[in-house]
Amino acid sequence: MDMIRRTLVVAAIGGAALAAAPVFAQDKFITVASTTSTENSGLFKAILPVFEKQTGIQVRVVALGTGQALDLARRGDADVLFVHNKRAEEKFVAEGYGIDRNDVMYNDFVLVGPKSDPAKVGGGKDILVALKTIEAAKAPFASRGDKSGTHSAELRYWKAAGVDPTAGKGSWYRETGSGMGATLNTASGMSAYVLTDRGTWLSFKNRGDLTVLVEGDPRLFNQYGIMLVNPAKHPHVKKDMGQVFIDWVLSPAGQKQIASYKIGGQQLFFPNAKQ
Amino acid sequence: MNSLHEAFGQAAALVASGDATLIEIVLLSLRVSLTAVLVAALIGLPIGAAIAVGRFPGRRTLIVVLNALMGLPPVVVGLLVYLLLSRAGPLGALGILFTPTAMVIAQTVLILPIIAALSRQAIEDAWSEYQEQLRSLGAGRLSAAFTLLWDTRFSLLTAVLAGFGRAAAEVGAVMIVGGNIDGVTRVMTTAIALETSKGDLPLALGLGVILISLVLILNAAAYLTKEAAQRRYG
Repeated sequence: MDMIRRTLVVAAIGGAALAAAPVFAQDKFITVASTTSTENSGLFKAILPVFEKQTGIQVRVVALGTGQALDLARRGDADVLFVHNKRAEEKFVAEGYGIDRNDVMYNDFVLVGPKSDPAKVGGGKDILVALKTIEAAKAPFASRGDKSGTHSAELRYWKAAGVDPTAGKGSWYRETGSGMGATLNTASGMSAYVLTDRGTWLSFKNRGDLTVLVEGDPRLFNQYGIMLVNPAKHPHVKKDMGQVFIDWVLSPAGQKQIASYKIGGQQLFFPNAKQ
Repeated sequence: MNSLHEAFGQAAALVASGDATLIEIVLLSLRVSLTAVLVAALIGLPIGAAIAVGRFPGRRTLIVVLNALMGLPPVVVGLLVYLLLSRAGPLGALGILFTPTAMVIAQTVLILPIIAALSRQAIEDAWSEYQEQLRSLGAGRLSAAFTLLWDTRFSLLTAVLAGFGRAAAEVGAVMIVGGNIDGVTRVMTTAIALETSKGDLPLALGLGVILISLVLILNAAAYLTKEAAQRRYG
């Protein structure tokens, strides 16, 4: 009995110590709300250590769809926002939630689909024509359906093509309501067409039968922007450290780091900050 | 089938390499879930005992609610704790969103009903069996509750292990309140979700194999401890 009691006491003390142990050694940090494309593609893993070493500021990235990242920042749960939906970002700034939005870099969207290409859109350069053809063929199309930057872009293309894909809901148009990777997994599983950013595609490993079918349309341009969450709205925002990070990303040194990140010899993001 | 094979290969290679990142992720998983279990047990066991021996209005309703809460969806718990801890939420000033502490809170909320409900049942069964005996010894409800907590300790261990299993396995809550931040709040389950979204299914499954093995080892250790204790103290 005594021994068990003693064991219990030791366990309780151990547990309490476990709980009370300092959460982090590092307390100089900022939280960046960003998108799955920048995190999943490995960009942050490549460039952040360089910044952290130079400044001693740890960058904690929470990777979400752009819609969710904007919402998180709107609630004040991040210091810096690094996403890719220019219109939504400008609205975010106009509403006073963010300040000083800057272009950082771009890549492009590509339309991928099964090699068998049932709608015969492969090799095309016009995304609108491709979407119209897919709709006419009622070929399976997987949509993010999650208000992310990529989903917003997809909806813009459908609109420009004069097609309402939601009429095909439940049959050929399938909204996964999840991230880019999860949607690619789904598309791969059901041999569907899907719009993806090139970065996620290049780093994605479960391609199965999927291949790039349409690329190179200037409309597929995908701009990334960065901004500070407005300290006037959220006084706890670490504006100085956040600004140090933003300045570095936009500086020649940061831009060079972005340009030098490659997968299989292919550059994923192209810096275009105004110097 | 091939990828299953690959997954076990990946798991073995990962373990053999002693990868520092992997160790960090495993330790954080254990720290978060074990802390949550400890807190949930400290709160949940007395609640279970109190409901088991207590007689008060609304008791039956409470039992039904408690049993139902065992099925709390992790993503809902995550969302609730997120809204609570968010800067715009009531506890936002604490600034603990996206930390392991937030993850412990979410998992504690998630498994507290499991531990309380299962221990309530175990203690109530013992109570109906020993009620008269305890009463004849002059035990009030409070001291009976403590006696029963001690007497049913081996059944309660299973209740606590059920809570631990749930905590170690869930991804929905820790993903939302932890943010899956590399090196800070990334645990086994969120790492598995991340690798899945990168399409690296063998690595994801490999991590899954490691997680299941860990849970197995912990359960075996608990079982052996219990057996040894039972032999010694009956």
